[in-house]
Amino acid sequence: MSGLRAFRFMVWAGIVVLGVFVIGSTPLSGGSPTDEVSSGTAKVGGSFSLVSHGGERVDNQSLVGRAYLVFFGFTYCPDICPTTLFELTDLMTELGPVADRFKVLFITVDPERDTQEALASYMTSFDSRIAALRGTAAETDAALKAFSAYAKRVPLESGEYTMDHTAGVFLMKADGGFGGMMDMHEPRETRLEKLRRLAKGQVTSS
Amino acid sequence: MSSGLKLTVKLTCILAAAVLSTSAFAHQFSQGDIKIGHPWSRVSPSTAPVAGAYLTVTNSGTEPDRLTGGSTPIADRIEVHQMTLDDGIARMRPLPDGIEVAPGASVELAPGGIHLMLIKPNQQLIEGSSFKATLEFARAGTVEIEFVVQRNPAVETGSGNEHGGHGQ
Repeated sequence: MSGLRAFRFMVWAGIVVLGVFVIGSTPLSGGSPTDEVSSGTAKVGGSFSLVSHGGERVDNQSLVGRAYLVFFGFTYCPDICPTTLFELTDLMTELGPVADRFKVLFITVDPERDTQEALASYMTSFDSRIAALRGTAAETDAALKAFSAYAKRVPLESGEYTMDHTAGVFLMKADGGFGGMMDMHEPRETRLEKLRRLAKGQVTSS
Repeated sequence: MSSGLKLTVKLTCILAAAVLSTSAFAHQFSQGDIKIGHPWSRVSPSTAPVAGAYLTVTNSGTEPDRLTGGSTPIADRIEVHQMTLDDGIARMRPLPDGIEVAPGASVELAPGGIHLMLIKPNQQLIEGSSFKATLEFARAGTVEIEFVVQRNPAVETGSGNEHGGHGQ
């Protein structure tokens, strides 16, 4: 009996969750709910201004009309950051010229150690279309705020420090709207499909 | 008799191929009760100040042991670190006491979780290369191993955590 009630409850709960997701989802995030998406799309995509590892200023104005990917990281990160960069490189290689239709931005949350020179050297291992961006502490904070992202400096016993940071990849549509997150744990085909849809760029957010 | 020789040659070839192919995908090292399975490190970006390395530790003894870190000629030192991902936030912390391996248990150090961190590698890690390292265990002492450098994990390990949704 109680098993049946529990089943009914779960079915209803499932319908509610599904309903909320369908209403809240954007065209690009359809099919794979992530925790990040549910945090609200309205807060993603504010103004920022940073300098690329090639010395070029990149801000939200210069990206108007361009689809782009953004993720946060730092070079003293041995695991998730290089993994994401290598995986993006592989996806971009597979997409070929299709990947020319969006920009890929890696924003350092550790501008103190990640100098422009260090980033320039670091980035030679990845797809040359990926730009590493850095700014002053204030510019970095503004960029984090623009994407409702999080980063925090954490001192270590050794006297050094590490950075906690938002790990997902933000997909930004050509019209400036937030296109959801790309999670590197998603199946490869799902990630490729998200990028292909982003590259088509004609999708407008409602 | 010549057919017997042929068979021997054939068998030898098959055996050799089998040995070669397994060594290409998986290699292991052991010291006492500790076995280290397929130590590998990810290709590192040029001038990366750190690099991640991974392996499986199996303790076939009757006492718990602890992997505390290690050393390698190609970096300042090797530390045990843990990466966690909560609410989309990545956090990385050193585990100064290392990682315990219970008797009869295996612990997998893999991307996205516990890993070894090479501090200040003095060379870029190139795909297909390898480098020697010494792991330190509280009980077993030191274990000499060799990491192979790969771009991706060799096998799709079952790390796709199948936590079936929000079934509370």
